[in-house]
Amino acid sequence: MNWIIKVLLVIAVVLITGALARGGGARRLALRRLGLAVFALVVVASILYPNAWTRVARLVGVGRGADLLLYMLIVAVLALVATRFARDRRVQQQLTALARRVALAEAVPPTAPPASGEVPVPPGRPASGAERPGTGGGATS
Amino acid sequence: MRTSDGLSTTWVVIPVYNEAPAIEGVLEDVTALFGHVVCVDDASTDGSAAIISSVPGVRLVRHPINLGQGAALQTGIEYALQDPAMTGVVTFDADGQHHASDAARLARRLGLPGPDGRPLQAVLGTRWAEGREAKRPGGAGPARRLLLRAAVVYTRATVGLRVTDTHNGLRALSREVAASLHLKQNGMAHASEILQRIKAGRFCWAEEPVTIDYTEYSKSKGQSPLNAINILTELWLGRR
Ligand SMILES: Nc1nc2c(ncn2[C@@H]2O[C@H](COP(=O)(O)OP(=O)(O)OP(=O)(O)O)[C@@H](O)[C@H]2O)c(=O)[nH]1
Ligand SMILES: [Mg+2]
Repeated sequence: MNWIIKVLLVIAVVLITGALARGGGARRLALRRLGLAVFALVVVASILYPNAWTRVARLVGVGRGADLLLYMLIVAVLALVATRFARDRRVQQQLTALARRVALAEAVPPTAPPASGEVPVPPGRPASGAERPGTGGGATS
Repeated sequence: MRTSDGLSTTWVVIPVYNEAPAIEGVLEDVTALFGHVVCVDDASTDGSAAIISSVPGVRLVRHPINLGQGAALQTGIEYALQDPAMTGVVTFDADGQHHASDAARLARRLGLPGPDGRPLQAVLGTRWAEGREAKRPGGAGPARRLLLRAAVVYTRATVGLRVTDTHNGLRALSREVAASLHLKQNGMAHASEILQRIKAGRFCWAEEPVTIDYTEYSKSKGQSPLNAINILTELWLGRR
């Protein structure tokens, strides 16, 4: 019977890795909330029926309920790492786009004459506040 | 500072991160041949930006935070695209490893007939032509050579472009190619991304032999061979 838990765990790992590659908005959020609800139900159930874990463990071929919990914990940690990773990538890309816009907005546009004397641009302030060169607004992707 | 022949509408894009000891010499060489130069300072902490802004005729774009070489290239290319007269960009390293004369040769080939007869849209620097890098004094060390070779084999297999040098920062791209680039790889994996773009866009490309100097300075600053692991990981995670 040992293969049951193996299959279940492998499927879980594959699903998590799959989630890593996929982007998603509302659908993902809905799934996460659904997962949360199931999680709460399971927690309540295991408080009310502490022996249930052992029974479920037997059912899937694991000796003790505690072992099953450990396996599930490992899978949960993996899932967390995977979703964090995907999220970090998204945030990084947004941050890049933002920083690029700031950088281009602060720079003297390529078609404007170079700032006379080439005064070093202090960080955080546009090179020229007053004059607004009309060219160079077209840097969108 | 004056431009010579066909280079007057080419922008040289130089990503800079903490290159204070080298950048002034590099800019001197580049501005001798090119009229349009933009440095993208990636939040350097060693005063690189101040040095750049003291060089006449060089434009400076500053990232507010460090984003990586690929991100800096993308920013510099978008800056150059703001110039409607721009016909091509040259990417050039700030650490003194590239020769401005090589860059000019690459840029001049843009628009000339390529291998398939169409006008060239991408001219890629290669250090492997005619065994040029083999044991050249001042060239890459044996470990780096092996690594670069492995990168070539891998990139050829995955991207499907028969290039001989996949991680050479010296290249000339026509305006169409520049405009079609949207580098997502902020780090060093952008090199493969550019090749993927050339392949996907069916652009006409060719290679041109260039010299890469491994000075003590550039070696002290350059990539650890271990970084190959990071680049591979980024490439894999980057595809959706
Ligand atoms: N904008 C930006 N540029 C960077 C960063 N890291 C490196 N660079 C620039 O990228 C260029 C090449 O960097 P290197 O680290 O020498 O990389 P490489 O030439 O591919 O590798 P080596 O063969 O080891 O020399 C130089 O102009 C660096 O200043 C970074 O984090 N941000
Ligand atoms: Mg280098």
